[in-house]
Amino acid sequence: MPTLLGVVLLVFFLFNWVGGDPAYILAGKIASPEAIENIRRSLGVDQPYWVQLWIFIKQIAVADFGASWSTNERVSQIFATRLGPSLTVLVPLLLISTLLALAAAMLVAYYRGSLTDRAIMIGCTVGQSVSILVYILVFQYLLAYQLGWFPVQGWGSTFADNLLLYAALPILVGVVVSLAPDIRLYRSVFLDEMSQDYVRTARAKGLGEGRVMWLHVLRNAAIPIVTNVMTQIPGLLAGAFLIERFFSIPGIGREVILAVERSDFPVIKAVTVYVAIATLIINLAADLLYRALDPRVQLK
Amino acid sequence: MSLWLLAWRRFLRDRLGLVSLVIVIIYVALACASAAGWVARDWADEVGVSYAPPRFLGSQVEEAAAHGAATVRPQETHGIADPLAEELAEIQASLAGATGTESRATTLAFGGDKWGRDVVKKAIKGTETSLVVGLAAAALAAFLGTLFGAVAGYYGGWRDDFFNWLYSVFTSIPYLLLVLAVAAVLNQKGIVTVILILGLTGWTGIFRLIRAEYLKHRVREYVLAADAIGASDARRMFAHILPNVSHIVLVQLSLHVVLFIKSEVILSFLGFGVGVDTVSWGSMLAEAPSELILGMWWQIAAATLAMALAVTAFSLFTDSVRDALDPRLQ
Repeated sequence: MPTLLGVVLLVFFLFNWVGGDPAYILAGKIASPEAIENIRRSLGVDQPYWVQLWIFIKQIAVADFGASWSTNERVSQIFATRLGPSLTVLVPLLLISTLLALAAAMLVAYYRGSLTDRAIMIGCTVGQSVSILVYILVFQYLLAYQLGWFPVQGWGSTFADNLLLYAALPILVGVVVSLAPDIRLYRSVFLDEMSQDYVRTARAKGLGEGRVMWLHVLRNAAIPIVTNVMTQIPGLLAGAFLIERFFSIPGIGREVILAVERSDFPVIKAVTVYVAIATLIINLAADLLYRALDPRVQLK
Repeated sequence: MSLWLLAWRRFLRDRLGLVSLVIVIIYVALACASAAGWVARDWADEVGVSYAPPRFLGSQVEEAAAHGAATVRPQETHGIADPLAEELAEIQASLAGATGTESRATTLAFGGDKWGRDVVKKAIKGTETSLVVGLAAAALAAFLGTLFGAVAGYYGGWRDDFFNWLYSVFTSIPYLLLVLAVAAVLNQKGIVTVILILGLTGWTGIFRLIRAEYLKHRVREYVLAADAIGASDARRMFAHILPNVSHIVLVQLSLHVVLFIKSEVILSFLGFGVGVDTVSWGSMLAEAPSELILGMWWQIAAATLAMALAVTAFSLFTDSVRDALDPRLQ
């Protein structure tokens, strides 16, 4: 709760103090003093700061940030319509990339020090050093524009269309980008666990390698893995904006970019506050999940 | 100094680390030379034709130009003298004089962009921008993170609570969203703005590590001994403890250089980064989509190569430094 208050204060400080007078942005380049005065009164920025802060807190509590400055669409309406497309891309993306990264990391951890291990690790380092922008540009150009395997961009009207046709290439790009850092992280987690005594014990009593790796090691490595997946979610929600922008997916991320380009403060404020709230909820969920995964974990 | 000497000896044995160190030094030297104006000072000169292809591909432009010239026929005058002929001839003469002095190359070493600027020179100039942003922002973030972490970890109490609260506020907003929100509010471009945005939002990781180190060190005997001989709080924090945690700061510093170079590329690509009169790898990539459709791949290739090599070298260098400074980790 104090964290949430801090986020509210930070956002308020940024937009109401650093950001300057919004009336000048709204009124356009040539505005009469009366018009500016009108806008100031309707936004409440002629009030003292503590009144403005109270207005902002009330807006958050009732989830009503008013209308977008540039399109006049309700901010709540923007959220309701943009969340679906974002999730259509993000949920499969997260599932596929996590499963693939786990399998690959298991493989390289098992054959550590071998040629496979070193080749994959060097590949990951190089792959990580190329900007996500390059992946998007090259994949879009080669696979969609040149080869025509996927639509270049766009969004359909039915869920099946969106998931199988339009979201396929964005998901592919996202998986490729997130594989390299995930494999590196999971590999080190697995290596940590594999040097533990219980692994030797399991092998000594004659368990198969598959059972040792997939049951014993994986379950013990679950906490760092869950932490990594959970911390990725809020970042993905806003961070997929590059993918959404290039493939013209009407999601939250593209909305953020548009809002920043148009200085559309209500939308940015709303996204920042809600993503922060989502982060706090996800952190809480992660704590509960730790408890379920490992009974030794004690919650305060 | 024996810690640093030992680390240096260990580092010399790491061949991959040495190679990456050499590459990093070459990049830094290139950026310095570019900042001093020794190389790529004339990156903005339009030396080639528009979209001049790389030299090794040969010129397709000449054929096209020859083809275009053949189709232009002299106009029929129908026996009427052009009243503007004299003026036109004058204008054409002055135009020819202007363009005649700089003959445009049909090919460039690694191709040209839309305005016929040399891609290699742009990439070198972009290296300067990216390295300056990465190093300066990382230095700012490391300074803030170390200062906050030292105060929070050393004093504890309400100072610790305050900085922990600040940390949880900053980390509950996803990094790129926070960067974009600050960029939206500042609403101005330029290298200094980018450095400020990245540095002021990126201190959290360093803070957490340094705070934990100070918590550990403040009860060590050498710190208690310093207290006993009357060293002040500031002296104990920065003259006694800081040298003992500086290897962590160094590793974090170079990790953050990589992070900030990547962030700068994304910011500049979206148009919230460096201004239009500066070139960076991000602004080079921003020109790539329209070029790719026309089949002009050399600018994206140059920017990608320059960036991938720099970031890979920096990452491997960081890994080697960490291994050299902390031999227990293997």
